[in-house]
Amino acid sequence: MTPLLPLTVRGASVRRRGKRLIGPVDLDLGGEGITVVMGPNGAGKTTLLRMLHGLARLSEGKVTWNRPLAEAQTRQAFVFQTPVVLRRSVRDNIAFPLILRGEPRARARARAENWVARVGLGEMAQRPAGVLSGGEKQKLALARALIFAPDILFLDEPTANLDGRSMREIETILRDTMAEGTRILMATHNIGQARRLASEVIFLYRGLVHERKTAEDFFAAPQTAEATAFIKGDIVE
Amino acid sequence: MVEIWQGLQSAFWLIATLDADLVEITLRSLQVTLTAVLIACALGMPLGTFLAIQRFRYRRPVIAVLNALMGLPPVVVGLIVYLFLSRSGPFGALNLLFTPTAMIIAQIIIVTPLVASIAHQAVRELWSDYHDLLLSLNATKRQRMLTLLFDARRALLTAALAGFGRAIGEVGAVMIVGGNIDHVSRILTTAIALETSKGNFALALGLGFILIGLAIAVNVAIHALSRTERESIW
Ligand SMILES: Nc1ncnc2c1ncn2[C@@H]1O[C@H](COP(=O)(O)OP(=O)(O)OP(=O)(O)O)[C@@H](O)[C@H]1O
Ligand SMILES: [Mg+2]
Repeated sequence: MTPLLPLTVRGASVRRRGKRLIGPVDLDLGGEGITVVMGPNGAGKTTLLRMLHGLARLSEGKVTWNRPLAEAQTRQAFVFQTPVVLRRSVRDNIAFPLILRGEPRARARARAENWVARVGLGEMAQRPAGVLSGGEKQKLALARALIFAPDILFLDEPTANLDGRSMREIETILRDTMAEGTRILMATHNIGQARRLASEVIFLYRGLVHERKTAEDFFAAPQTAEATAFIKGDIVE
Repeated sequence: MVEIWQGLQSAFWLIATLDADLVEITLRSLQVTLTAVLIACALGMPLGTFLAIQRFRYRRPVIAVLNALMGLPPVVVGLIVYLFLSRSGPFGALNLLFTPTAMIIAQIIIVTPLVASIAHQAVRELWSDYHDLLLSLNATKRQRMLTLLFDARRALLTAALAGFGRAIGEVGAVMIVGGNIDHVSRILTTAIALETSKGNFALALGLGFILIGLAIAVNVAIHALSRTERESIW
């Protein structure tokens, strides 16, 4: 299969009611690894991810994949900041993308069972997803995103509600996913997590890309005052 | 007082012995109303869903009209259907006036806006929850609609039950277009009206109890449904 990446972003911005939420952004995203997007609340992390995924309409500029858009759209997955849970069982939630793709119900469910176990929801496969806790819903959302083996995975604070053990499980899954060739773009507030996972860091501030560096360089020597303060744990407004 | 007491006694007797008239009228009522509700659901649910997820030029006016239709007095619906079906009306040649079919048509017109409106509201809420996910997963328009209909199933069932409750107890419209003809178009509500005016309280009360029983059953079902909704049982 022809690679989906590189992704090319040129002068892209999103405006709502005249206010620019993000951009203009120029970005080339290729190869492998986990890119972590950091920045204070309201910096535009969610908007950036949604824009790249095609959920937030561009006001200016261009977002181009290595493949035609119609195909590119089927090869991306997105895990939302607030997990969206369908009113069905946990297993049927996870099988859902496969069923949309026309996979026979029985096979989709069997494959979903695997993922249910893999994200540690084994006991709850048959339960209505509505009863899951916040953290369990996040695991469900991750499994549902990974089940169709996307080429790129967008994650918007995927471990915000997880305890230490669940976070470790999820991070392991993300590393495995990356090792299997899925490109990951993840927004997080968790600096420790960024240090553990990131191969590179994009630092957003007030809708603009302030820095983009390998994780090593970013944490060793951030360029801008905002990023420095952010890493040190100072309050960045 | 004595009259009422006697009426109650014989009403229970009629129900207990499955009186032929009573059974016939009850079954016709159920047949007319269930058919009407089924068709109203087939029309109203997709319409409500469509209005919830599709943006088009006259969406707001259509929703406003729908809500206005919900408040349409059934008697007026009966009158209009009567005019359309009467011998000199546009559909006079079909000879439908004073038949169960005419009553079904009137009930469909009364129930469809109600079902569509409840469906619209339920699906709109669900759509705002599901919107991003369904778009992210590239669901086609058809898939979006089916997903929403399926996941809103409790609310839709509630809509159907509410429609049933409205139709089964309705008297004005079916009286006008059905004519309350014995063994042809007599149903629970019209029979009660007639028997009461004749002073035949036993049959009227017996039919009344059945109607009340149906209404209670519907409300219990709606209540039970809202409980499974709250507790996310299915
Ligand atoms: N639909 C919208 N209409 C108007 N403003 C919006 C809309 N969506 C987001 N914004 C604004 O855009 C800015 C960026 O929001 P965004 O959600 O991208 O921030 P974020 O970096 O993800 O923040 P957080 O860390 O809190 O998740 C915020 O100021 C927000 O209020
Ligand atoms: Mg965000």
